[in-house]
Amino acid sequence: MMLRRPLFWMILVLAAVFAWLPQHGNNVALREDLILVAVAIILTSNLNLMIGYTGYVNFGHIVFYGLGGYVGLYLMTVRSWHLIPAALTAGVAVSLLALLFGLGILRLRGAYFALATIGVLEAVQAFVSNFESWGRSTGMYVSFESYAPLGGPKHALWSTYFLVIAVMALSLILSLGIRRSKFGLGLFAIREDEDAAIVLGVNATLYKAIIYSVSAFLPAVAGALMFFKNGMIDPSIAFEYMLSLEGIVMLMLGGQGTVAGSALGAGLYERLRSYLLTSPRLSAFHLVIAGALLLLVIRLAPGGLIGWLYRLAPRSREVIE
Amino acid sequence: MSGILASMIDGLLIGSVYGLAAMGLSLIWGVMDVINLTHGAMIALGMFGMYLLFGASAANPYLLLIPVIAAGFFLGIIVYWLSVSWVIDRPQLMSLLSTFAVNMMVIGIGTAIWSTSPYNVNFSLPGITVGAYTFTGNHIAAAVSAVVIALLLELFLYRTRAGKAIRAVADNRDAAELMGISSTRVLMVAFAIGIALAAASGALVSTLFPFTILSGAGYQLKSFVVTVLAGLGKPFGALVAGVLLGLLEGAVSPFIAVSWIPLIEFGLFVVVLILFPRGIFGRANA
Repeated sequence: MMLRRPLFWMILVLAAVFAWLPQHGNNVALREDLILVAVAIILTSNLNLMIGYTGYVNFGHIVFYGLGGYVGLYLMTVRSWHLIPAALTAGVAVSLLALLFGLGILRLRGAYFALATIGVLEAVQAFVSNFESWGRSTGMYVSFESYAPLGGPKHALWSTYFLVIAVMALSLILSLGIRRSKFGLGLFAIREDEDAAIVLGVNATLYKAIIYSVSAFLPAVAGALMFFKNGMIDPSIAFEYMLSLEGIVMLMLGGQGTVAGSALGAGLYERLRSYLLTSPRLSAFHLVIAGALLLLVIRLAPGGLIGWLYRLAPRSREVIE
Repeated sequence: MSGILASMIDGLLIGSVYGLAAMGLSLIWGVMDVINLTHGAMIALGMFGMYLLFGASAANPYLLLIPVIAAGFFLGIIVYWLSVSWVIDRPQLMSLLSTFAVNMMVIGIGTAIWSTSPYNVNFSLPGITVGAYTFTGNHIAAAVSAVVIALLLELFLYRTRAGKAIRAVADNRDAAELMGISSTRVLMVAFAIGIALAAASGALVSTLFPFTILSGAGYQLKSFVVTVLAGLGKPFGALVAGVLLGLLEGAVSPFIAVSWIPLIEFGLFVVVLILFPRGIFGRANA
């Protein structure tokens, strides 16, 4: 089934290009640019599972990324685990936590849930800032020895890069897989009309809790990888509210509810953001521009770039999912 | 023991300011079913409005509340046309995102102007000393101002034609339209009042604590908690619930670090929403 869908192959090509490009001439600057794009795609495509597929806004999506980073770094530095099992364990732990949270707060419908997600972000940040084992507000550092199992720092950075690209590809494939599954159709039904979906036998609370938990897994893995690469973590960088918000802008820009849209929006916005942040005149205003962009998209093209493409060429729906 | 009591009284005073902030959120939510995510940014603008006016005139801050409220009202009209007027009948996702976009823009501009470093309004009234404890004059004056503004709003909503029109639209917009009420105007005015209240509460907070452009976010969270405690569209209930939240904060603050408070508030928010989805003052079957 999956093999017959053109987008599946496009995802693999995208991942291959990402993996190959910076190796060509050992271009570390390009690698650092691309890793940020890859993380943006990971966050946005998993956020899309909530906003685009299920119709539930999650303002605190970054919690998964930050917590994943914390769990991963804790396992690697304090317990001296290897990077890969530590990242996977971080993913599982954060998913389980999200499932627990989800069963609680997903009994809230619509906008109440959105507000609760802001609360989750504040609460988790408050918890981590006070948590002794995780270094409170100073955070944690990756010790130099942690790089040794991966063949030294230089090698470790490349390995981490390839792993992040793999997580990116998996995120997109996951979205693609859910999109046409029975589970995915149940989510779409919840998005369109939750009461009707319940009447038709969709266990809405369970479905929502599962997708909330699923949308936590890969961002948490990516968090563990990225904060390992950065060498440190503290509450303010782990739970950067702005990143959580910009994920929503990326998704709306590309086109919520579509796999290609989440990737396209993330890629475009991340490049725009890097440009704005490095431009001396515009860096102070990058948030203003992001907000204005979001407002314009909602007002003029609520389907985002992909929605616009669908209108221009309706047949593209079958290829660009 | 008396320490806890003093802390609770202080919490009660600050809680009335929380209540005032929540009244603005609750009014907008109740009247047009829009969750105003610019709320925190507007509170922050109220703080900086007071800072600028006080810096320029050195007048009594409680008099300066009047221009802050007026400016908040006009700002509210602008924000209404910018982000709310065209999403009112669309899915709630859209109004969440559109108000949120304005929030980002305001915070972005604010950060560019004032960075995120702390400011304060250097003004203090003599306090009242009881035994070993002193209640600062600013806290008392802020609480009195908040209650006065809340009473004025209540009078406006229940005694004036315009106020009654707002309540009519909140109750049933179609029926209100049929009675000849222009709901577009009413929604705009209700939104502007909501923003003015947020700005007023921010201005009062600025006389109590140092603040940054990002400080509004914490008060926004408190406003959400208070609004769900009170139940939607019950502005005066919001004041009472705000005082309750303040009392609670006052009661726990001698025992735990301040940084734990968001965790407690969030827990309260979720528990209240699940156990009392219509608010603790709400009827079981409204």
